[in-house]
Amino acid sequence: MKNLSYAFIPLILILLTSGICSAQGYQVGDRASDFALPSVDGKTVSLADYPLAKGFIVVFTCNTCPYAQAYESRIMDLDQKFASRGFPVIAINPNNPKLQPGDSFQAMEKRAASRGYSFPYLLDEGQEVYPRFGATRTPHVFILQRWEGAYVVRYIGTVDDNYQDAGAVKTPYVDQAVEALLNGDPVPLETTRAIGCSIKA
Amino acid sequence: MRICSTFLSILWWAMASQAQEPAAPYNWMEAEPTAFIREGALEIPVVDFSGLNPLFNQDDGKIRVINFWATWCAPCIKELPYFEEVAEKYRAKGVEVTLVSLDIPSMWEERLPSFIIKKGLRSPVVVLDDPDQNSWIPRVDENWTGAIPATLIYAGDKRRFFETALEREILSAAIEAFIN
Repeated sequence: MKNLSYAFIPLILILLTSGICSAQGYQVGDRASDFALPSVDGKTVSLADYPLAKGFIVVFTCNTCPYAQAYESRIMDLDQKFASRGFPVIAINPNNPKLQPGDSFQAMEKRAASRGYSFPYLLDEGQEVYPRFGATRTPHVFILQRWEGAYVVRYIGTVDDNYQDAGAVKTPYVDQAVEALLNGDPVPLETTRAIGCSIKA
Repeated sequence: MRICSTFLSILWWAMASQAQEPAAPYNWMEAEPTAFIREGALEIPVVDFSGLNPLFNQDDGKIRVINFWATWCAPCIKELPYFEEVAEKYRAKGVEVTLVSLDIPSMWEERLPSFIIKKGLRSPVVVLDDPDQNSWIPRVDENWTGAIPATLIYAGDKRRFFETALEREILSAAIEAFIN
C-alpha cells in the first residue's frame, strides 16, 4: 500500500501543476470587468473614469522586464496616436514588488516621470486584476472596446511582430486592431503570442 | 580471480565505450547556425526557429528536455540547477537536456557567456533568435502564451509542456513518467 501511494506522487504533482497551467482569463469576445487601481500620479484609476473613451489599450507591463523595456517607447507612441481618437493606453504593473523590488510603486513613479508617460501607470495592488484578465507575462496587451455598455475584449497579445527593431515590423498588431475597431471593421488578428517575462507572484 | 578480471574488463569496456561516445549535444542540428557567440573554449550557436525546429522532432529513442530561459529571467535562473541535476541523474536513461536561451542580442556577448561560465552550466545552450515570435511559439506548443520559463519534455509521440517554473521534485517526476 505504501509503495502504491508513492507511485501516485508523480501523478498528483502533475495534476497539480496542470491545474495551475490551465488557469484562464478573458478570451476575445468576453466582457471585462472594471477595476480601481492606484496610479503613479496619486489617483485611483478605473475604466469608468473615461466616459468618452471608445475603448482601451490595456498593457500589462513593468519597469524591469527587457521585453517591456524594448516596447516602452512603442507603448508611449500608441497612447500618443490613439488616446485622442478614443483608445487611451492604461498600463498596469502586475508584479509583486516584494518579489521584484525594481517594480515597486516608487520605482514606477520614477520611471513614469523620467520617461514622461502620457498614460496612467497602475500597480495591480493585491494582484487580483491580472489573473482576471489572464495576463501571463509582461508586456501583454488587451484591447477593450466599449460595446453596449460593457468593455468587450477585442484583442489579446503583443504589440507587433518584431520586439528587436521597430523599423523592421511587418505587422503592427495593436495598431491595426485599433484602426479596425475605429473603422467599425473586425480585428484582423485577434490573438498573438510573444515571449515575455513571467509575472512575479 | 576469474570473476574479478571479468568484472574489471566489463568495467573497462563500459568506461572506454563511454569515452568514445561522441559528445555531440548539437547533433540534432540540420543547418549551420546563423552565428556563434564565443568566449574562450565556449561556443554557443545562434539559430532562428527553422534552425531550432529539428530539436522538436528527434525520434532517436531519447527523452528530450528542452528548457526556454534567459539570463534576465529570475525564475529561470532559479530552476536551472534542477535541469543540470536531471541531465546528470537520468543521462543513462536516455535523457538529454537542451537549454534554449531567449536572451536578447544586446546580452549575447555581455551576459550570456559569462553567466554560463560562472554557473558552470554543462547542458548544451543554444540561442534562439527569431523576433517573429507569434509565428513560432504555437509550433513549440499550442498552449504556450510566451511566458518563460517554459519547458517541453518529449519522447517519440509522448509530450508534456509546462509554462511555469518547475520545482526540483516536479521536474524529476515529470521525467520519470517518461522513463517508466
